[in-house]
Amino acid sequence: MVVNCEQVWQEISNYLEGEVNPELRAAMEAHFKECKHCTAVLDGTKNVIHLFGDDRSLQLPVGFSAGWRRRLAEYAPNPRGTALGWMLAMAAVALVSGSFALARLDARSVSALRSYLAEPGAGIPDAMMVAVSADGKTFHVPGCRFLHKHESENVRLIAASVAIREGYVPCVRCLRQYLNR
Amino acid sequence: MLLLMTAVERAANTGDERAQALIAHILNGQSSLFAELVKPYERRVYVTALALLRNEADAQDAAQEAILKAFTHLRQFRGESRFSTWLIQITVNEARMRQRKQHADLFEPLGNSHDEEEAGYIPRDFADWREIPSEALEKSEFRALLAKAVTSLGQKYREVFLLRDVEHMSIEETAEVLSISLASVKTRLLRARLMLRDILAPAFADGWFGRTPFGKGSKPW
Repeated sequence: MVVNCEQVWQEISNYLEGEVNPELRAAMEAHFKECKHCTAVLDGTKNVIHLFGDDRSLQLPVGFSAGWRRRLAEYAPNPRGTALGWMLAMAAVALVSGSFALARLDARSVSALRSYLAEPGAGIPDAMMVAVSADGKTFHVPGCRFLHKHESENVRLIAASVAIREGYVPCVRCLRQYLNR
Repeated sequence: MLLLMTAVERAANTGDERAQALIAHILNGQSSLFAELVKPYERRVYVTALALLRNEADAQDAAQEAILKAFTHLRQFRGESRFSTWLIQITVNEARMRQRKQHADLFEPLGNSHDEEEAGYIPRDFADWREIPSEALEKSEFRALLAKAVTSLGQKYREVFLLRDVEHMSIEETAEVLSISLASVKTRLLRARLMLRDILAPAFADGWFGRTPFGKGSKPW
């Protein structure tokens, strides 16, 4: 196998990486023995790799490490914290868990039904949005035509769970499917 | 060369076990260990940012930002790739985002066309470049000369060269973090090496370096 200069240049990188087959390697080595130009290219390329591969060739700017460490410290404060920090954290935990406890209590306290004739209904999705009026007794699917005209002026859209908690009962027409008849 | 590669790769694997152990501790609340986790890769993060941004101040800022992002997203590291690869990918993304903001691609050196990459590269200079003593790297003027040469490369050559030859990343890892094919890495690497040789050879040609000490009087380039 014989290779010319151009083929040598195209493979010089692979040659230095040890990624050419033995036949090509032998042909390139034979070429280098005879060709001064290609030997100069090979030596120069080796020098480039050698020089740039040295850790000293490109150095970190002064203050680089200190810079990101400082930014990180601002980001993530000392995990041990101070006594005051711990007290504040405990107070916050107490406040949050207390409010959840209150919310649960509140959820259980359902007002008396606004209409003793109505049925409370069952299986109504808590998050379903329903329409109620301040003066009315029933809650409706928004747009239900049985929401009385005089009521429509004060219509609120609230979650079904809230309506039930406030004592509203489902409309026997638009929410018939939830009534146990 | 082959033996050297295996040694480097073996060292990288050991480094990764160390990284995995540190990550577990950090996620368990020992966040002060993060500095130890990142320390071996600091230079690589910086060099990567420099490869894409060219400007030292921008690179420093992007590299620091990438390290902070790695900290905040550490829980998302799944261990599917090496920690260093993941960290460098974050750095590449951060630098590319900044490039887009600065429209830096408009100011890239010429010679970035796809056709040129495909065509073979013909060396321009055949000066015999004698070996440079590695002590030369102690001189800041010499390092500045190398940095200037790398900066003059088009971005796609510069980034491949810096990751592979300066940071000793494997060809596979370089392809992975830059989202390009192995063949592209090899083609660009060849061209980058030959171009750098062309840029530097006249300065280092036989006799020049010996006759003209760096840092004293006239510069050989």
